[in-house]
Amino acid sequence: MNPVFQIDFGAQERVVGIDLGTTNSLVAYMDLTHPRVIPGEDGAMLVPSVVSLGRAGGTTVGSEARKLLIDEPSRTVYSIKRLMGRGIADVADELKLFPFRVAEGSESVIRVSLGERTFTPPEISAMILRQLKKNAEAHLCEPVTKAVVTVPAYFNDAQRQATTDAGRIAGLEVLRLVNEPTAAALAYGLDKRKQGIVAVYDLGGGTFDISILKLHDGIFEVLATNGDTHLGGDDIDNRMIRIALEDIQSEWGEDISHNGEAVQLLRRAVIEAKERLSFAPSADIVLEFQRRAYTRTITRELFENLIRDIVDRTLGPCRSCLADADVTPEQIDEVVLVGGSTRIPLVRAAVEVLFRAKPHTDLNPDEVVALGAAVQAGILSGQVEDQLLLDVTPLSLGIEIMGGVVSKLIHRNSTVPASATETFTTGVEGQRNVLIHVVQGERELVKDCRSLARFDLKDIPPMPAGMPRIEVRFLIDANGILSVTARDARTGVGQSVEIKPSYGLTDEQVEAMIEESIVNAEADFRARQVAEARVEADTILAATDKAKQSDAYLDLSAGERKGIATAVNMLLLAYHSDDHLIIREQIEKLNAATMTLAENMMNAAVGRALKGTKI
Amino acid sequence: MSGCWNCGAPPAFTGRDTGEEAHFCAGCGSLQPPPSNYFDFFGLERKLGVDAGALDLRFYALSRRLHPDLFFRRGERERQYSLDSTAILNDAYRTLKDPVKRAEYLLKENGFDVGEQKSANVPPELLEEVFELNMALEESAKEEVAAALSKFRSMLGESDAEMARQFERYDRSFDRGVLVEIRGLLNRRKYIRNLIETANGTR
Repeated sequence: MNPVFQIDFGAQERVVGIDLGTTNSLVAYMDLTHPRVIPGEDGAMLVPSVVSLGRAGGTTVGSEARKLLIDEPSRTVYSIKRLMGRGIADVADELKLFPFRVAEGSESVIRVSLGERTFTPPEISAMILRQLKKNAEAHLCEPVTKAVVTVPAYFNDAQRQATTDAGRIAGLEVLRLVNEPTAAALAYGLDKRKQGIVAVYDLGGGTFDISILKLHDGIFEVLATNGDTHLGGDDIDNRMIRIALEDIQSEWGEDISHNGEAVQLLRRAVIEAKERLSFAPSADIVLEFQRRAYTRTITRELFENLIRDIVDRTLGPCRSCLADADVTPEQIDEVVLVGGSTRIPLVRAAVEVLFRAKPHTDLNPDEVVALGAAVQAGILSGQVEDQLLLDVTPLSLGIEIMGGVVSKLIHRNSTVPASATETFTTGVEGQRNVLIHVVQGERELVKDCRSLARFDLKDIPPMPAGMPRIEVRFLIDANGILSVTARDARTGVGQSVEIKPSYGLTDEQVEAMIEESIVNAEADFRARQVAEARVEADTILAATDKAKQSDAYLDLSAGERKGIATAVNMLLLAYHSDDHLIIREQIEKLNAATMTLAENMMNAAVGRALKGTKI
Repeated sequence: MSGCWNCGAPPAFTGRDTGEEAHFCAGCGSLQPPPSNYFDFFGLERKLGVDAGALDLRFYALSRRLHPDLFFRRGERERQYSLDSTAILNDAYRTLKDPVKRAEYLLKENGFDVGEQKSANVPPELLEEVFELNMALEESAKEEVAAALSKFRSMLGESDAEMARQFERYDRSFDRGVLVEIRGLLNRRKYIRNLIETANGTR
């Protein structure tokens, strides 16, 4: 496409905002004044976070993939966000409830099987991101390579790192990770520049976050955040599914819980009923499977009794968050609801009681996070001015000291970027290495916290014990991701540090995946070009066949007819080549060979037309 | 301090109260490497009395000029300075807005050792109280524990008031001897806090 004219936007670059959700994902951008969600190929704003691997290779993402959950359950995966940045031991509970097929050899990095291949969670998330990138490029008519991606506020370092890795694999430079509740506040704050204290309650498909912010002339300062990375709408679904499965077993005398297709159908039926219950006093769970039918009516009252303890589990983090922010519920000026699960009336009622304020619901809770991500993207690209987000780290950062005890260096709810410097020394004469074990969490003992990484200070000059002084700087950047640098305090010379992450991918692994995805993307592109060339070949071959029946064909010289026959044969030979250029070359030759024929036919047609016309 | 890394212009300001612009070169406007001292960073005198409201406003103003979000389209060097500056800004704000952390920081900057104080060293004047609290806790005597708690709370209040007086004394004289007294007060305060937590059952 040749643009007629180009507007020079100066140094401004397109940056999109992406909400990479457990259930649905969205991409949004800033138009001249407002953030807007970009629709997908099917016109829908929400792209279901579902990926399916086709039998001929190639992946399907979104609502098409969601349909395949039923027909191709072993090649399709959903809720992959639950596995991001986690170790195999962390997800034992998850594996009981979700049909993840974890492949062998998942000790260091989890690998999920899709059909005959295996993928890491960042690779699967990258497929979703790639789809969003494609949607954005189609909508904006320009390449999109930079993004702001949202994460649950309570995501730890490994989960954040995994999200950045997913971006890199998808060919997106993740300029910034923004916490989901903070992004929502940004979306709400766009038109209102006021002072005040805002609570954001975010109950999504798989995670719960609560953040309390102070607004000050366009600055959004997070005072405290809390949450549970394993609490959300999925938990409600799973509970209803379990009850329905028991019901079905007693009605049908059969346990269908191991039938993937049946469970997926039931999951869909349960979600539909759950969603209806937000508006209707009762709803039916309807399952038709192998010519048998199951119907169960759920009243709002029964539903609320079923989920009350799940909703109550959000209240503890809310109270802790209030205490950490040092504010009382009365001081909260506004409450913002985010996430599809906040449509449930019981959730709204609980929030209202706790914060003594009627929650805001003017923005669509499914879209508000993506809209906020787009605002942040606008801040980074220079499009949005006078707004600034000051976020915090959700978890304390510490190092292991004697006796397996944690010494905290950066406390939770510290504004990021944040740093801490510690001086280390040796314990034995001539010691060359010092190993620093970094953990994240609030507990006193290392075993109760989450191991982040081990940093090996290497090549320490041999000296008597306690003599070397190595200054180590721990820095949490604005994305909530840790980096560590070290220097010799005496000489000021940089000290080499080797990082051994406890979970997640090494840089080399990510690089390899990027390469693999580029190779795959090229293969996909080539396959499409070949397919298109074959379609064109089919068209011209069919047209040539048809033309052979015409009088014009008989008027051709023997040489011309032979030329056409040769060109047809050559094209048929080239047809199965996997190089589209070879196919196209023969198409051109056949085109040339049939030039006279086409002209003759055209003339004949014009002649007939003139004959039939009364002048 | 040497000149600007970018244009070589001499530093326009000398580190005292000059606002956010002190962090930028007066010649070419590029961001300079941050001063490491928290008071210098905020353009404050190295005093123990800090106006909390003014500190808040300065924090917001500095954030608006230094935050990494605003440096995405600049060169790598300025991006790094922005990250370093903002990390120090946030660390400094956390430290300076809290009187206890502020005093500990100033002590440390003056060469005092305020590392992990062992709370095992009971300040002698508190020995009797500690003994009574332990007795009360052992006997689960609720009333006595509550009485001890309110006593500790008022001691904490007195201790804070005394600390404020010493802060003023230091700011007038910059006398090292006052810092020695403040260190004693900080230890005592820490100990009382521990006692409150013990009595509360939160320890």
